[in-house]
Amino acid sequence: MLRVNIVVDENRRQRSNIVEMTRCPKGDAVTLTEILDKYPKGDRGFLIPILQEVQESHGYVSPDALDEIGAFTGVSPGEIFGVASFYAHFRFTKPGKHTIKVCRGTACHVRGSERILEGVERELKIKAGETTPDGLFSLEQVACFGCCALAPVAVMDKDVHGRMSSPKAQRLLKKYEA
Amino acid sequence: MKTLAEMRKRALAGWQEFEQQSRPRVLIGAATCGKAAGALDTIDAFQEQQKKHGLDMAITQVGCIGVCYIEPVVAIGKQGQPTILYGNVNTTAVARLAEKWLLGEDPCADLAIGTFGNESFAGIPPLSSHPMLGTKPRSILRNCGIIDPTNFNHYLARGGYEGFEKALTRTPQQVIDEVKKAGLRGRGGAGFPTGTKWQICRDQPGDVKYLICNGDEGDPGAFMNRSLIEGDPHVVLEGLLIGGYALGAREGYVYIRAEYPLAVERLKFAIEQLREAGLLGKKILGSGFDFDIKIREGAGAFVCGEETALMASIEGRRGMPRPRPPFPATSGLWGKPTVINNVETLSTVPLIMRIGAEQYAQYGTDRSKGTKTFALAGKVKNTGLIEVPLGTTLRQIVFDIGGGILNDKQIKAVQTGGPSGGCIPASMLDTPVDYESLTAAGSIMGSGGMIVMDENTCMVDVAHYFLSFTQKESCGKCPPCRVGTKRMLEILERIKAGQGEPEDIARLEKLAQTVKSGSLCGLGQTAPNPVLTTVRYFHDEYMAHISERRCPAAVCPALITYEITDACNGCTLCSRVCPSNAITGEPKRKHTIDPKTCIRCGACYDSCNYNAIIVH
Repeated sequence: MLRVNIVVDENRRQRSNIVEMTRCPKGDAVTLTEILDKYPKGDRGFLIPILQEVQESHGYVSPDALDEIGAFTGVSPGEIFGVASFYAHFRFTKPGKHTIKVCRGTACHVRGSERILEGVERELKIKAGETTPDGLFSLEQVACFGCCALAPVAVMDKDVHGRMSSPKAQRLLKKYEA
Repeated sequence: MKTLAEMRKRALAGWQEFEQQSRPRVLIGAATCGKAAGALDTIDAFQEQQKKHGLDMAITQVGCIGVCYIEPVVAIGKQGQPTILYGNVNTTAVARLAEKWLLGEDPCADLAIGTFGNESFAGIPPLSSHPMLGTKPRSILRNCGIIDPTNFNHYLARGGYEGFEKALTRTPQQVIDEVKKAGLRGRGGAGFPTGTKWQICRDQPGDVKYLICNGDEGDPGAFMNRSLIEGDPHVVLEGLLIGGYALGAREGYVYIRAEYPLAVERLKFAIEQLREAGLLGKKILGSGFDFDIKIREGAGAFVCGEETALMASIEGRRGMPRPRPPFPATSGLWGKPTVINNVETLSTVPLIMRIGAEQYAQYGTDRSKGTKTFALAGKVKNTGLIEVPLGTTLRQIVFDIGGGILNDKQIKAVQTGGPSGGCIPASMLDTPVDYESLTAAGSIMGSGGMIVMDENTCMVDVAHYFLSFTQKESCGKCPPCRVGTKRMLEILERIKAGQGEPEDIARLEKLAQTVKSGSLCGLGQTAPNPVLTTVRYFHDEYMAHISERRCPAAVCPALITYEITDACNGCTLCSRVCPSNAITGEPKRKHTIDPKTCIRCGACYDSCNYNAIIVH
């Protein structure tokens, strides 16, 4: 228990400017309790589905959520953090308003996705895995979206954009800046 | 309860009505790939035309038919006329099709890809002669892009659940024998005989067993499973039902990547339809067989494609593999006998039951039976999803089906098997695609990703790319994998940066052996393959990086120079996009790049509209 809190605190310190935002947002359409109510209590087989649903609804898994999920599933928050941090999907800080994901699959790679990613990183002045200070964009790289025939691919929020190029990526960002 | 025969009769009537309705049918390929190419705009455009002309038409979203390179793809069927498939249907093309073909008599042959069936029509060739869509037999993908994936009756009308119905009339052992006789081998890549796997699990004592469908499709560059599930979700579920019956399992799981939201949605929907139809639950179709299917979404860990890691993930733990034996077939999910089959393996089972093992096994080679789907991508003209009999050569796939290399460049290699596979050089293009031949070439069959590489692809960069992937995805349990891949990656980084040493190749090979032999699971055991095959077949390219400090394909940033040629007309665009202000020049005069300030990001190269920037 103690160790977890240290890990989480470490996270908080590192991202001190967004600490406040990592709190579970109040007034969310679906509260954590409402999500947990849908699952059987104490069954660890539902741990990952619960984490997924929490992230889907809140955008990330907050330290408070870890505690509550721990109490519900009977798995220590430390272990839950261990499980969740193993998987690339879970994030523990609030994402930006828009998330742009650049595909780094093989077909995208041979068609130049590395340059597209670097271009977006330069434009947003952040690295993959980070969020712009104004909270507008999060940038992620994804192993493969399976749209290889339309490589290179980028996904803005939930819209898939095929046949990308650096100039197209710049235009896409501009469109969402407004 | 309705019998399956009654349901099928109604479905057939519905399908006929759908096919022969008086209003035109517009089938739009709206799988994820179609949407990426703009299929949603195409749908909007058709709806607009509908309003504008007061046209009555049936717009249906279907899956991907496979020709992703000309998406958005639309099939239009007018009553009494052959159904025609059109490619690159953007909004302008929609307006033309509406006016000329839907309202008029001109089928717009220049936009058409082919007609369904074997006859040509108004100068439009039949699809059976199309390089990608005309491959025979088309059995696994037969419904993709043809049926509405959300319509249970469409699947039923086209022979759906016939295989399951047949299976129920036989004993589980007979079903297993049929699958064995068909010679079906695992389509996830390893090629283990499916029937044998089922037999081991069936022979285990106890009445709680599980069947898991592995839809993790983690190999970057592979999208066969996504396309199949999005276009024909019921075939996967039918495979699970037959498998569950054969094993004596009462519960099935589909473990699917969360990166495939549409596929997840389609599966969930199809499972509900099955439940409503009485094909899931207790005493299915009046038999003594109870079965239910649950979906588990992956959470972005490549290693979870490995069966023991996958089960750990379903159990709510870190997806780390464990030593085998015990194999999952004896002790798997929650310690119970479990079979894990790939999506395509399970989707082949209904076919085997429907047409029989003998007919199934007439395609393929002696040891690799049947057909297999491949995701053809990279530097090839026709990219998309294909289905070919095993034993087809790489040359046939790349040139006959794929139409050759993009911009008619030279082919350098074909990569199969994703990060676990290898690069097969152009000189070995006559290698037949079957489990044994690909392994002998140093690669693997893998799940079906096939990436074509041309002269502008740097093989050191490709090796580096795959290794950086496996290094990141290594779960960290086995030190040879965790540390070894890191050390190998560092060597490759050094070579790419022009700081390689002549001994580096031997170091890579030695480390590769350690990683291969010292890792528990397939990830570590195969991670060195891309490095080993590129070292084996592209030794010269490594040596050019190491001794000449030169990247022959002009890819590795540290070893290349960008230059502006006389084709430059001084439009100033490059100097505006350059992030390091390395480009100078007067407007309307030729610009120059200062190699000292240039960071080799390629922004100028990507933005130049006059091909005036070269890289060497």
